Amino acid sequence: MTQDIQTKSTAPSLNEQELHDALDVALERASTRGASSAEAVASTGEGLSVNVRMGETETIEHHRDKGLVVTVYDGHRSGSASTSDYRREAVIAAVDAAISIAELTEEDSANGLPDADRLATEFPDLDLYHPMELSVDDATADAIRCEDAARAVDSRIVNSEGAGMSMDRGIDVFGNSLGFRGISRRTRYSLSCAVIGKTDQGMQRDYWYHTTRHRGDLDSSEEIGRRAGERTARRLDARRVSTAKVPVLFEAPVASSLLSHLIGAISGGALYRNASFLIDHVGKLIFPQFVRIHEAPLLPRAMGSASFDNEGVATYARDIVSDGVLRGYVLGSYSARRLELETTGNSGGVHNLIIESGEHDFAGLLADMNRGLLVTELAGFGVNTVTGDYSRGASGFWVENGEIAYPVEEITIAGNLKEMFKGLVAVGSDVDLRGNYRTGSILIDHMTVAGE
Amino acid sequence: MSDSVKAAQTQLLEPAGIGNSQIDELLGVLRSRQIDDGDLYFQYTSHESWSLEDGTVKSGSRNIDQGVGIRAVNGDKTGFAYSDELHMPVLTRAAGAAREIAVLGGTDKVMNKGLSIIEPGKRLYAPADPLASLDDKDKVALLKTVEQVARSVDPRVKQVMASVSAVQQTILIVRHDGAMSADVRPLVRLNVSVIAEHEGRREQGSHGGGGRVDYQYFLNENRAESYAREAVRQALVNLEAVDAPAGNMTVVLGPGWPGIILHEAIGHGLEGDFNRKGSSAFAGRIGERVATDECTVVDDGTLPERRGSLSIDDEGTITQQTVLIEKGILKGYMQDRMNARLTGVASTGNGRRESYAHLPMPRMTNTYMLAGQRDPGEILESVKNGIYAVSFGGGQVDITSGKFVFSANEAYMIENGRIAAPVKGATFIGNGPDVLTRVSMVGNDLELDSGVGTCGKEGQSVPVGVGQPTLRIDGITVGGVNV
Repeated sequence: MTQDIQTKSTAPSLNEQELHDALDVALERASTRGASSAEAVASTGEGLSVNVRMGETETIEHHRDKGLVVTVYDGHRSGSASTSDYRREAVIAAVDAAISIAELTEEDSANGLPDADRLATEFPDLDLYHPMELSVDDATADAIRCEDAARAVDSRIVNSEGAGMSMDRGIDVFGNSLGFRGISRRTRYSLSCAVIGKTDQGMQRDYWYHTTRHRGDLDSSEEIGRRAGERTARRLDARRVSTAKVPVLFEAPVASSLLSHLIGAISGGALYRNASFLIDHVGKLIFPQFVRIHEAPLLPRAMGSASFDNEGVATYARDIVSDGVLRGYVLGSYSARRLELETTGNSGGVHNLIIESGEHDFAGLLADMNRGLLVTELAGFGVNTVTGDYSRGASGFWVENGEIAYPVEEITIAGNLKEMFKGLVAVGSDVDLRGNYRTGSILIDHMTVAGE
Repeated sequence: MSDSVKAAQTQLLEPAGIGNSQIDELLGVLRSRQIDDGDLYFQYTSHESWSLEDGTVKSGSRNIDQGVGIRAVNGDKTGFAYSDELHMPVLTRAAGAAREIAVLGGTDKVMNKGLSIIEPGKRLYAPADPLASLDDKDKVALLKTVEQVARSVDPRVKQVMASVSAVQQTILIVRHDGAMSADVRPLVRLNVSVIAEHEGRREQGSHGGGGRVDYQYFLNENRAESYAREAVRQALVNLEAVDAPAGNMTVVLGPGWPGIILHEAIGHGLEGDFNRKGSSAFAGRIGERVATDECTVVDDGTLPERRGSLSIDDEGTITQQTVLIEKGILKGYMQDRMNARLTGVASTGNGRRESYAHLPMPRMTNTYMLAGQRDPGEILESVKNGIYAVSFGGGQVDITSGKFVFSANEAYMIENGRIAAPVKGATFIGNGPDVLTRVSMVGNDLELDSGVGTCGKEGQSVPVGVGQPTLRIDGITVGGVNV
């Protein structure tokens, strides 16, 4: 088809000065109103996403956002408010709203800005910002090539949910009344594809995507499409399996969820609320001895990189688990004070969490497992951080003699995270680098698989 | 002129200096190419939340978000741009970007009839601002009462977290043909979550509710206090819970919130976009049997004051009750304007969007199964061995394979027709197109949920409701740990 679409950029470039100005107004107003301290973040972003389906453009979306979030402290009381309007009167109204909330909330000695000596003073270039001219034509062409490649993989791929190319860039300026000001600039390019296969047994869909800071780092459209097509085709004619306790191998893209459950359980909020199965576990063995999990916040071009956290505290590289032992929690200033500990620079979460890989690649892990379940997709929310109880819907493949035998679906996998962590057998070298949690495939000694 | 349109113009457009001539100008930009549909969606949202833990209310927030989304639809193609700045140059540029989806040459076929007003249907909720319905200090006091009640019920309660929030949303929709409609939507919600501890074991319980009402709702009938008691009761039950079994078994689902099974197993698969594209396991199956005779399932956006209800959807279509399954036979899909037009049917008033910054698509409102004939006690007594599940966390579905999951947070073993030991949360998994063909008994005790549901689809969240009577399902996979 011929689609006559203009290629020029339609949004003006981001206005960084506007962010500083809004921040200045907010902090000044907080001070004028007698707030003992305040912090605020002003953000702006713009983007373009193009989706194609069955070879034709489906949607073209232009994004443009901005916002200001301000938190004020009246001694140990706090209130916050936000606005998407940067006009002086709107920013002032937001600050006043935050102050009126702070007047009604109660004293909490843990409230307040971080200690001044923990604020970041160095701002290394993490290579996260690579803006490029946004072109609808190029994005459309990339997406169409991607979907074409996916549909060409197998004659049973008869339908598509489409392919999408998106480009976003954003700038945040964070400041507080201690005089801290930090700027973070990020770009993100993503290409994804989902296709549908069909046999007389029914339909299956699967997808693949890649996302990077620099457009030049994106895998080719054809590569992303081919993987999406292969992943769909291999799921066709899935069966169920009998209920049994067996080893379970989490393919790298879903293994990252296990790391996120760990972080959920060692995050300050869960700990001070007594809402975690890992309360009081620092210094204790929670994984087998070979396991090391560390945070690397300053990796160039990585998705989770940042030199300061959401309250301006400097991030730093550290081991969270080494020799299988939990070495520390994930804390911001508030939760650290609640626990009588120091912030770990994790207000807002971890930055590039990495579990060290063993020597086996994916095929090696399959051979290690010999017989059991390979999980490639998880569904549902059956994870209880208070108790560690775990029960989720799954699909994937049955493995016999160290090789994939057939696709399986409509099953659940269940266990307890505490036992699953201790039962971790191996981490593969097939590391998925696309997200904030970096892991290879993870083999767990056994879980209950429920099926027929 | 409709009250809502007038209210929306006053709140949204007048402060930005946007009058009818500016709206005409923006429509002119959209209509300068041939489009099948298009709209300007103006939105103002004011939101607040207050939260309590450790017996004190120590945080609160207020947020205001406003903007406009501009959409042009040509065939099955959509161009979209939005802005949070209501300035004409920005809006004109956004309209220009949106219409680029349309082929050059030709202009909108719809005659310019000038601006007109679509009168809304029945008023389902008061157009008041719920944030102003209670003094701030009374919101704080409400949370403290909830906390005190929860702690007074049982000394094993170690942690109480409670939050209350309110949203007032005003929307104004102007279609490309000049038809205007508006809605003012209140929404409140209160949640209580507790952690109980006994002999070193900790378990949680939670409950909440709300709707398109104001804060007074939580004071009426001691609702807030009853949520606290219910959360504690659930936590204490879970302190006694044993590991759940694994495998295929008979399951009885309690009334109300367990209706999440209908939302996941049936509802998503019957959304018009998936069926137009043929990506749903239900595609092309209208008229076929997908449930037993006892099952009739509807989606109904017209229930007064319900969380999932809307006077008009986000495309200006008046909402309705849509029969999805009637006596076991698949009857219809839920449609927005684009998917309805492309498949030659009428919109069912299910075109919803999270905000001006998102595109509308077919979404559920309140989805529930009508009451049957059976006494719920009789249903339980009919089961020799199985599971009785009364409360759930979230659920999810793969609409292409039809496989859905939903996770219990309060469930019991059934032994010889009686409720036995509580079991730990387990995920249930099934196949949407056939799970209701195994519903052998439907209770006479239809309940709707208490007003806490949020549905996510393609990254967009919207408030929804679910409901059902007690159901017996002869065979679904329970994902416990005990083999």
